Amino acid sequence: MDKNIFKTPIIKGNPITVLVLGICSALAVTVKLEPALVMAIAVTIVTGLSSFLVSLIRKTIPNRIRIIVQLVVVAMFVILVQQILKAYAYDVSKQLSVYVGLIITNCIIMGRIEAFGLSEKPLPSLVDGLANGLGYGLVLVIVAFFRELFGSGTLFGMQVIPQSFYDAGYMNNGLFIMPPMALILIGCLIWIQRSFTKEDTK
Amino acid sequence: MDTNKNTYTIIYATILVVIVAALLAIVSLSLKGVQDTNVEVEKQMQILGSAALAKDAKSAPSKNKYVQDEFAKYITKAFIVDAQGNVVEEFNSDIVKTEPFKISPKEQYEIMKKIEGGDESAKAQLKLPVYICTTPDATKVILSCYGQGLWGPIWGYMSLSEDLTTIEGILFDHESETPGLGAEIATEKFQSQFNGKTILKDGVVSPVKIVKGGVKNPENEVDAVSGATVTSTKVEDMITMWLKYYQPYINAKK
Repeated sequence: MDKNIFKTPIIKGNPITVLVLGICSALAVTVKLEPALVMAIAVTIVTGLSSFLVSLIRKTIPNRIRIIVQLVVVAMFVILVQQILKAYAYDVSKQLSVYVGLIITNCIIMGRIEAFGLSEKPLPSLVDGLANGLGYGLVLVIVAFFRELFGSGTLFGMQVIPQSFYDAGYMNNGLFIMPPMALILIGCLIWIQRSFTKEDTK
Repeated sequence: MDTNKNTYTIIYATILVVIVAALLAIVSLSLKGVQDTNVEVEKQMQILGSAALAKDAKSAPSKNKYVQDEFAKYITKAFIVDAQGNVVEEFNSDIVKTEPFKISPKEQYEIMKKIEGGDESAKAQLKLPVYICTTPDATKVILSCYGQGLWGPIWGYMSLSEDLTTIEGILFDHESETPGLGAEIATEKFQSQFNGKTILKDGVVSPVKIVKGGVKNPENEVDAVSGATVTSTKVEDMITMWLKYYQPYINAKK
């Protein structure tokens, strides 16, 4: 199996910074690291498994209803993830609220199934799905790291900026908590990445 | 095989949907018990939180068990109060399984809105939950409240002194208030301001006022969250409304 199937989506073909897909949830769930990490894991599992399943049944899918079939498969995995989170990670599922359900509309998933799962063998599809989920998750976690650190002074809910800083007049930056800051941070990430890979940009 | 024929497409779609639906139904049924417990524990924790109890829930090895034990230990009594202030039913044990705990503050809020809209007959349906919390040092009376915030529902629990004159502790939660602004109502900093405020003055219930730009009357005023005028006002409205319906009970108790 070609190693690039796994490597490309993480940096070079990253779904968020290069393909600019899945931005909506990246804005919403990156205020704190914990929900961002759970979201990243959830999306990785859903992209991987749905790509795998669609690829497994790809020869039987009637062409005219293939988008509907893909949607059913994706929706099934999303609801499974949602139910399991509600049962075993209730606090996180509350923080993620509607965004778990909205994984269905995450363009990365449908995009990868259409572009890869529908035409390739199951195993490479699984790897491609997982890698795209990881690429998405990587950006989410980086953004959430900065937003939580500067917005709340914590990481994973633990205080990291010492109290003496606050006593000396340091304040949490409220802008980092607001959604626009996620967009600015993603913009910065894209900028940094593009400046290293000039030859790829068209 | 020709996968483009109409019959094939229809049969394929039907089978796929039936399989997926069956699978999801099984998962949903088998996880329902655990999910319901989570919701229950959340409510227990908030009721305890208003009385400054169950503070170690995060560090407890089994959060659910810890909260359930604390709840059973401290919340000794619960009952339903009607619109006239009469105690309808009283329960002394296994509070979690009893009616006061099962009452949805949201439904009661809908009824209150009906009453405010002029529908006096809705008053008969009103059922207000009251919890009695007994610690070695004191007895507290915990009342519920629920309302509309800026973006979504807000709710909370007020823990009052035994004679129902002062607030001993309060807890608010919200679904989707703005982080850093409206969401600050769920912080200790905002909530602790309510401690010791008078709600009963000369026999009249006078709810706490949430004011901007400095408290002038420290007896029953607290500072609003800066930058979150709407949410602060909504919190005040919520407390005012619920205390109005609890008033007959408070007066009767006095």
